[in-house]
Amino acid sequence: MSSILDLDLASARSALQKKEVSAVELTETYLSVMSSNDHLNCYITSTPEKALDMASKSDHRINSGDALPLDGIPIAIKDLFCTDGVLTTAGSHILNGFIPTYESSVTENLWENGAVMLGKCNMDEFAMGSANTTSYFGAVENPWRSDDRQKSPLVPGGSSGGSASAVASRLALAATGTDTGGSIRQPGSFCGIVGLKPTYGRCSRWGTIAFASSLDQAGPLTRTVRDAAIMLKAMAGHDPKDSTSANLQVPDFESALTNDVRGLRIGVPREYLLDGMPSEIEKLLETGIEMLRTAGATIVDVSMPHTKFALPTYYIIAPAEASSNLARYDGVRYGLRIEGDNLDDMYEKTRSVGFGAEVKRRILIGTYVLSAGYYDAYYLKAQRVRSLIKQDFDLVFDNVDVLLTPTAPSDAFAIGENDDDPIKMYLNDIFTVPASLAGVPAISVPVGLSKNKLPLGLQIIGKMFDEELVLRVGGALEGMAGFKSRPAGGA
Amino acid sequence: MAQLLKGETGEWEIVIGLEVHAQVSSEAKLFSSAATKFGAEPNSQVSLVDAAMPGMLPVINKECVRQAIKTGLGINAKINLFSVFDRKNYFYPDLPQGYQISQFKQPIVGEGFLEIEVSDGAKKIGIERLHLEQDAGKSIHDQHPSRSFIDLNRSGVALMEIVSKPDIRSGEEAGAYLKKLRSIVRYLGTCDGNMQEGSLRCDVNVSVRKPGEELGTRCEIKNVNSIRFVQQAIEYEARRQIEIIEDGHLINQETRLFDPNRGETRSMRSKEEAHDYRYFPDPDLLPLKFDDALVQAIASDMPELPDAKRTRFIEEYELSEADATLLVEERETAEFYEEMAAGRDKKLSANWLGTELFGALNKEGLSLAESPITAESLGRLIELISDGTISGRIAKDVFVDMFESGEDALDIVERKGLTQISDAGAILELVESVISDNASKVAEFRNGKDKLFGFFVGQVMKKSQGKANPKLVNNLLKDKLG
Repeated sequence: MSSILDLDLASARSALQKKEVSAVELTETYLSVMSSNDHLNCYITSTPEKALDMASKSDHRINSGDALPLDGIPIAIKDLFCTDGVLTTAGSHILNGFIPTYESSVTENLWENGAVMLGKCNMDEFAMGSANTTSYFGAVENPWRSDDRQKSPLVPGGSSGGSASAVASRLALAATGTDTGGSIRQPGSFCGIVGLKPTYGRCSRWGTIAFASSLDQAGPLTRTVRDAAIMLKAMAGHDPKDSTSANLQVPDFESALTNDVRGLRIGVPREYLLDGMPSEIEKLLETGIEMLRTAGATIVDVSMPHTKFALPTYYIIAPAEASSNLARYDGVRYGLRIEGDNLDDMYEKTRSVGFGAEVKRRILIGTYVLSAGYYDAYYLKAQRVRSLIKQDFDLVFDNVDVLLTPTAPSDAFAIGENDDDPIKMYLNDIFTVPASLAGVPAISVPVGLSKNKLPLGLQIIGKMFDEELVLRVGGALEGMAGFKSRPAGGA
Repeated sequence: MAQLLKGETGEWEIVIGLEVHAQVSSEAKLFSSAATKFGAEPNSQVSLVDAAMPGMLPVINKECVRQAIKTGLGINAKINLFSVFDRKNYFYPDLPQGYQISQFKQPIVGEGFLEIEVSDGAKKIGIERLHLEQDAGKSIHDQHPSRSFIDLNRSGVALMEIVSKPDIRSGEEAGAYLKKLRSIVRYLGTCDGNMQEGSLRCDVNVSVRKPGEELGTRCEIKNVNSIRFVQQAIEYEARRQIEIIEDGHLINQETRLFDPNRGETRSMRSKEEAHDYRYFPDPDLLPLKFDDALVQAIASDMPELPDAKRTRFIEEYELSEADATLLVEERETAEFYEEMAAGRDKKLSANWLGTELFGALNKEGLSLAESPITAESLGRLIELISDGTISGRIAKDVFVDMFESGEDALDIVERKGLTQISDAGAILELVESVISDNASKVAEFRNGKDKLFGFFVGQVMKKSQGKANPKLVNNLLKDKLG
């Protein structure tokens, strides 16, 4: 049984197509380990009936020679994607009992490619968090255990923590996530798996519950870079229902995985080396640099002077958009309603009970920065700084092909550790936020272990819509790093 | 005309600016494909986007953009090739998103103007801007003692907000401005202009000042839904403000509601209670960009607008200003007129359309589109009058028949034998018969009682059953009596 679970997506795909394993068999295996690993709290909703139904249809197609690209591949869906007929929560109480009558474009694309849905993954409430501790449905556990904190469960990172933990603990072959400021890449790094944030506009946002519309982007969490390429190919594509979706052909990302980095210019921005950063992070970066240099790439020291403004800029723009995006959760049409004495009372009670502390904090920040008299000083200024950060990327990409940086400033920490210090929590996103603000694609690849024997990832950032090169360099790094460690927990 | 109101301390000038919300004529809503038909079952024209379901995104309806450009050209305005949609944030149950998508700093249409005609002549009224925005749904409070109901059919319907400059100085001017604006959007087909159904709504900004002084503090009167109410609201509000100022108080800048039953305005919310809408560019929508070629294509496809048509009617058809103004106010009337008058007497056509047909339609409560007499048919009646087949008097009877039966004028004339008698011999017989039947009246006439002439004409016409050519009757009577 464990041998089936050890297959990555690409291997499972080939085993399915060679009929070495059936889709139903594979799906049943995953459903069974899902139910024996409830304590990790990766899933909010599991959908075994749907999964088996989809799997048997996949088997039928495979047997009749009409196999689709992802036929029979059991995957997990972050609970931010609306799924037709399946409870969708965004990790929040405010959507209490909400069952969409529609399917998000990204998941629709996956089902049309034959993928099998195992369930909906836990996440930080409305994707706001870096530890998956803000979910109404409880914290998610990382299957990894720290050497020095053997008994204390660790966070999987966030906000796609359920997705990352599920993939790392073999409770799904792959998962969808969304990344607004690092929500795919940072949990990827914490859980020792691959997390890819595509270019803004590559995947449709239609049917994905909005956090910050100008930043939100769906992407895959997978065991390998090849798996990420396969997943992205299925998820991406132009969608006329999303005005910000890019009208571009989706390349065959898998064929970009040549592992050849010879002659590439790889920039290492000096602003990503922070004072007080754990030396093991710097050492990990050195390891990555050395590997790529050995493989024939040219390493270039570059400067991106506005990097230090990225985090404060992000924490103005994202809450501003969120404060408006979350206004629709008012108790009037769907989800939670707490009756009140009058309309305002109903609004207050519903939103007080329905939203958690972190969501409230960001709604307050967002409302404040958009208020008359503060708009220019905060929101407008943040938009200007965002342009400068974008310009940093434009300029640096005149000189280099991709950038190499750490994914996160630390390894996974214990559940509850940063909960009382939002600023410290926000610092988790320091390396991932700039690419989000610029809209460029970035991948986190597991490269090594910390002194606590926890996974650490490095990030490759590329030019707009150049996921192919990001995946190619990521694949090369993955191959050289040969990260084979497995978490203690999970299946 | 500019109207000065007399107060205790002298004369006051009223300064008025109008914000008109005109519903764009389009099949689908501004950002969704749901239908926009008026009067549908509640909540039957609501897409997932209009109900602001989680994860839904707006996509601009290009037809609405074209309609806005067309309207902008119709009000002589600058078209902005780059404009931005913003979110206007506020909570209300009939606003499902919790924000209205509107245009704040960069509207699609910039400055323009309209010409109005009022009793003291023509006047130009400046227009500040036109922008596109979503309508909200409708809250219904009178169906249940303690609950409100929401109808989202209107949610997301495209509106053009057209903001005038504070150039209007009286209720009369405000009325003329609204009529002209309504006429233009109807000509363009960009809004049906129906104020009863709410497709044209008006907010009125009113302030007063002593002539030549700085602008006073204004009050905004919301949702005034007929031209008559706009005029009433202005009148009431101006008097209210003058009274307050003359009593030594200051005007509070506030939003007021017009109560049509009592003909007065009431405070709705003060400046302090005003919302902070937290406008910011909608991140779900890219800025709206189009090139000048689109504007040119729309410009080349514009219909003749009322002002140009009026000038042409006066010059080409030698109509009076009053006739021309009346005929061009509605595009349908102008088109009806031109079809009926083609190749026929222009002035006579204008009279018959304006007096007889509109008189009959109004009496029956019908619109021109519902007229039982077509333009061509009425035109043939004009022909029969012009060529002397029937007299104007007979024509009125024929018209009544036509209006009832829809029958052709000539058919009626022939069937009823109403053709005018223009045979001098036949008429002479009638004249002589009348003279011999009324010997005493003839004597009186010849003794100087001139006004009896009409009596003899009447008698002859009666004997001819109205068919005698009146001109011949006159001439022959003069001969025989004189």
